[in-house]
Amino acid sequence: MLGFIIQRFLQAVAVMAVMSVIVFCGVYAIGNPIDIVIPPEATQDIREEAIRRLGLDRPLYEQYFIFMGNLLQGDLGRSFVYNIPVLELIGGRLPATLELVLISVISAAVLGVSLGIYAGYRPDSWVSKTIMAISVLGFSVPSFWVGLILILFFAVNLGWLPAGGRGETVEIWGVAWSFPTLNGLSHIVLPAVNLALFKLAMMIRLARAGTREIMLTDTIKFARAAGLAEGTILRRHLLKLISIPIITVFGLELGSTLAFAVVTETIFSWPGVGKLIIDSIGVLDRPVMVAYLILVAFLFVTINFVIDLVFAMIDPRLRQGATA
Amino acid sequence: MREPILSVSDLTTHFFTRAGVVKAVDGVSFDLAKGEIMGLVGESGSGKTVTGFSLLGLVDAPGRIVKGSVKLNGTELTTLSDPELRARRGHEISMIFQDPIATLNPMLTIGQQMRMAIDAHEWLSKRAADARAAELLTQVGIPSAAARLRGYPHEFSGGMRQRVAIAIALLHRPAVIVADEPTTALDVSIQAQILFQMRDLAAEMGTAMVWISHDLAVVSSLASKLAVMYAGRVVEQGPTATLLRDPRHPYTAGLISSLPAMSQPGMPLSQIPGTTPSLLSLPPGCPFAPRCDRATKACGTAPEMTMEDNRGWRCFHPVSAFKEATV
Ligand SMILES: Nc1ncnc2c1ncn2[C@@H]1O[C@H](COP(=O)(O)OP(=O)(O)OP(=O)(O)O)[C@@H](O)[C@H]1O
Ligand SMILES: [Mg+2]
Repeated sequence: MLGFIIQRFLQAVAVMAVMSVIVFCGVYAIGNPIDIVIPPEATQDIREEAIRRLGLDRPLYEQYFIFMGNLLQGDLGRSFVYNIPVLELIGGRLPATLELVLISVISAAVLGVSLGIYAGYRPDSWVSKTIMAISVLGFSVPSFWVGLILILFFAVNLGWLPAGGRGETVEIWGVAWSFPTLNGLSHIVLPAVNLALFKLAMMIRLARAGTREIMLTDTIKFARAAGLAEGTILRRHLLKLISIPIITVFGLELGSTLAFAVVTETIFSWPGVGKLIIDSIGVLDRPVMVAYLILVAFLFVTINFVIDLVFAMIDPRLRQGATA
Repeated sequence: MREPILSVSDLTTHFFTRAGVVKAVDGVSFDLAKGEIMGLVGESGSGKTVTGFSLLGLVDAPGRIVKGSVKLNGTELTTLSDPELRARRGHEISMIFQDPIATLNPMLTIGQQMRMAIDAHEWLSKRAADARAAELLTQVGIPSAAARLRGYPHEFSGGMRQRVAIAIALLHRPAVIVADEPTTALDVSIQAQILFQMRDLAAEMGTAMVWISHDLAVVSSLASKLAVMYAGRVVEQGPTATLLRDPRHPYTAGLISSLPAMSQPGMPLSQIPGTTPSLLSLPPGCPFAPRCDRATKACGTAPEMTMEDNRGWRCFHPVSAFKEATV
């Protein structure tokens, strides 16, 4: 197990190193931030002074090594625009995204897997057919449109829920959270539903396909022949046997939603990292873009690592493969 | 005769598929006394497994028992509610499958799976349940059983996994076990070991067995009586010795003459010409007629079971080893 962890860790480091080069070069290739940061009427002297101060006069590889050197000391640079450390900037926005995404992805997974198992277990009932119809809708309707409809219906027409913002927040460990207050929670509902819909549909599909396949196997037949109750069979056998693809998709969805909840955050004016990165791209705030993309890469590498660990925990065959 | 522990009559199971009705089991009847072993033989697709599933009420949609009766210890199983049936499965009647790799859950330990099978029918403390599980594993020939309870299926060989499955089926000392070709997937030396071990265990526990196999040679060394299935029907049944010595149905006779022990050295094994008919579009009449060299016009209607002493056959033109029947 330890060998497996070390091996995975080295892999992760290599991936991160490659990613940092790609991100750095990629961001470097798009546009010149000087044009945006410095007013066009500034004198040549001021321009050159600014370029030097921002380190943009040095060759690319030198900029990269300076960046990496700072990165390893936990310094991701300062935003060109806000002139505060990037980490502080992103850190200030992260909790908003984190609570929104966790709430929506986890509820989508719990609800989706339950509905999917039901639909796979009783494929011919009308309830299952309704569930599947909803999942088709979740796949095919564009997310921004659903967001607008949700606002129109629940916020404008019915007036039940607020249309945007985080509402009341509570400070926990010096960070502002919305979910502990009723008002904050009511602000989370619509964007969370908006984000969750597609994932819900996907979880339903996955769980249903897995259930249909597993229920036909000899493992289930044998469990029935031994007189196990259906509930026990579903909880103890089925849930484990369908879990591998579900956990994989859950992890990847969690990562990609944390990184790219942009559309929903924009529609519901949710002050998360998605909005921050879009704004930064607009003004070519390079340090923010680079730091953000590197954090996203780090997020995915970490999630993959955790998924592998979870696999090894629940599936003994993988555990053995891992120690070998 | 003693009161049978399992009494099956006119058991009929159909699958209602999109392509049509598959008559997988068609009017099967037999009795099984306490501790008795019956062999159920037939070619692939003749309905042996579906018969086994029907006995336990395990036929999945689109299949259904359309008529007939299965009486276990005097209780009619086909009309029981799901919970009542579940309470009997694994407790009074259990089943072992062909492929030991597929039956156990790879993600749970042997101990967990055995404990689940115990918990399904009685309340035991974890320690008592483990003791029971280990005892059964020892009985089916698994060494250092207590330690192996913590093992996962992939740590066991195919033969060992099948022994675990057998132990699970025997946990509650059921009155009847349906063994669906439990040794076919294993290599020959282990086959024989498990075969005779199971026979001894069944005798010890007084458990009756329906031993399903496509291999007449294997079953006849084990079972005191035989039922030969063809295209969903039992075409001949009776005591093993009688059937082997004096088969009446041409299909049974064909099976016997294709046994390796029956062939002349150096000669190819004799075979029954033709192939099994599709159960989807069975012609009326005897399903074996197209492959039968004794078939006549009369075979256009299905023959009833002709009973004589303790045996029976479904044929208008039965064979006899002693007197060739005149047609
Ligand atoms: N779920 C199902 N749907 C439709 N037909 C089925 C289904 N299950 C079994 N059958 C049909 O029932 C018939 C009998 O199948 P069964 O599995 O009982 O044969 P078998 O005698 O056990 O054969 P084998 O020796 O290959 O195991 C087959 O023709 C099969 O096509
Ligand atoms: Mg079979």
